[in-house]
Amino acid sequence: MSSRAQILARVRRNQPAWRALPDIPSFERPLVDSWATFASALARMGGSVAVPSEGVALDEFVRARFAQARVICSATPEVAGTRSISTVRDPAELEDVDVGVVRAAFGVAETGSVWLSEREFGVNVLGFLSQHLVVLLDPRTIVPDLHHAYRHPGFHDARYAVFMTGPSATADIEGVLVRGAQGIRTLTVIPVAAAATGSATPARRSS
Amino acid sequence: MSRVDHAEASSKFIEAKDHADFHDKRLWDLRKKRDSESEAMPEWETLRTLASAIKEHTLTHLGDYLEEFEKNATANGMVVHWARDAAEHNQIVHEILEQHHATTLVKSKSMLTDECEMRPFLENRGVEIVETDLGERIQQLDNEPPSHIVVPAVHKLRGDVAEVFSRTIGTDARNTDVLYLAESQRRHTRPYYLKAQAAMTGANFAIAETGSFVVCTNEGNADLGANLPPLHIASIGIEKLLPKIEHLGVFVRMLSRSALGSPITQITSHFRAPRPGTEMHVVLVDNGRSERLGMEDFWYSLKCIRCGACMNTCPVYRRSGGLSYGSTYSGPIGVIIDPTFNLRKYSSLPFASTLNGSCTSVCPVKINIHEQIYKWREIIAKRHQLPMVKEEAMRVAGKVLASPKLYRAAVEAAAAGLDHLPRFIVYNPFNAWGRQREVPSAPASTFRQWYVKNRGVER
Repeated sequence: MSSRAQILARVRRNQPAWRALPDIPSFERPLVDSWATFASALARMGGSVAVPSEGVALDEFVRARFAQARVICSATPEVAGTRSISTVRDPAELEDVDVGVVRAAFGVAETGSVWLSEREFGVNVLGFLSQHLVVLLDPRTIVPDLHHAYRHPGFHDARYAVFMTGPSATADIEGVLVRGAQGIRTLTVIPVAAAATGSATPARRSS
Repeated sequence: MSRVDHAEASSKFIEAKDHADFHDKRLWDLRKKRDSESEAMPEWETLRTLASAIKEHTLTHLGDYLEEFEKNATANGMVVHWARDAAEHNQIVHEILEQHHATTLVKSKSMLTDECEMRPFLENRGVEIVETDLGERIQQLDNEPPSHIVVPAVHKLRGDVAEVFSRTIGTDARNTDVLYLAESQRRHTRPYYLKAQAAMTGANFAIAETGSFVVCTNEGNADLGANLPPLHIASIGIEKLLPKIEHLGVFVRMLSRSALGSPITQITSHFRAPRPGTEMHVVLVDNGRSERLGMEDFWYSLKCIRCGACMNTCPVYRRSGGLSYGSTYSGPIGVIIDPTFNLRKYSSLPFASTLNGSCTSVCPVKINIHEQIYKWREIIAKRHQLPMVKEEAMRVAGKVLASPKLYRAAVEAAAAGLDHLPRFIVYNPFNAWGRQREVPSAPASTFRQWYVKNRGVER
């Protein structure tokens, strides 16, 4: 008898009497200002929000914000950077990236998270091997909480999907919080309405 | 296998006063952070009830959900393996690594692989394993098991870490700055992600509906590993199953709030299929879980999501340290899981509890931990696994408590004794309760003497 058959047989022999699966309530809640809720949750998790002044192009804004950066690798046509993700053949090539730029599919107000999959990353490790990450987010895509977030169809067809909430962090030594553990050192969200054409302008705050 | 003597190991832990005090404070701080998160959510209790019910449903239908997970994961392009026990798990992982000629493995934190003692097994076969979680790495480099399932090196102070790192990864022994130590580990570890041929993770949840699994981390290490080498192996205990994606909302909302008092982990990753051109293997591990499922009083422990809240709140755990439990799983959850692996070896653990019930009240999946601790005590007492002194004391206590006359005589005698006995008799090595605490002074009269005098009723 295979291990599989043995395990399944023992599980079925030992399973206690059936218990019902509860329905998950929708947890509808009035969200007065989803952007403000998102931004304050993100700040708590160590991320930050940056809004370009009127007339400043996104590419220019990102370069100015990371003036020391030599390699800015972008996975969205809205920012040129110095390298396009489409030229990358091997994920290890991203080792020298100072700033990665991506557009998130949506945000979560409750936690300040952004949702990204292989489609948004182009190369998944862009979100981790880069020293810093800039995330474009359309404020209109923000959902109230994780219950709503898990209704996104991406969980059923993306190979890889991740909620990123602020930079990588650790408190493994004496509980001292260190932002920038092994992945990205900072995470910056720029509110930018997603334009159907691909060229986007900074969104007004939705409040 | 020798019996774990929790009390003896704890007394060593307490001797290092600075460490013991900090440990207590740090874990209590996590407990308070957990409280402020849960109290800020009006639906917290609703979520706990849902989480418990979803887990109980899944466990009572586990055979079907395991098959559904396997079918969907396989259709997604993963390879699913089944391991009856730790030995088979280690063997499977080794075979996968061999087929890929993988000699360096970057590994994120997984209690299951610790439970299986996988690291020495693979190291003896020439595989270099790099633990990538900071706490787990500290423990690996110090040749010590993790002392907490969420914060593995919580029993160490920064000076200890500086000492370990200076000895192993070449940091400056005099520099105990936490930022410096964390940055040093980052720089030491990052090259391994690029050179390793394989990555390994555990999983917090596995979803039957989609054949995907979820990994909740903060450091970025799991995703660096999973997204660089061409091979990703995930070890998953069979109890980690959930029916559907929608159920994740309930659990992810509570996991990090319970563990660290943060609303969510920095990174919550969902793996459904391998990247094109790479392989993803899942090892479903039983190792005693299917047996536990059949234990009428104890199967509820399989609901555990490994948040560590019960450990952080437990006064005994906070003051004895995880290593004193002699097992991967320590604290209250360890106390009820460990005896299912080896009752004789872990027979002292159910006594490492005050039965205050705090563990049960913070548990996000409503495991009746303190009731299970009590039930283990009954089993151990019945099988005469109690230490002799404790057994005799309990036998006498049982007689005294059963007889009102004997009880009154004992209370009066004890009160008189406490006031008049010299200190060396009260605070002697045979009286465990006299250690580390002052015995309160006895009142002038017993409650019964006061009652008879003031109410004048004699019954």
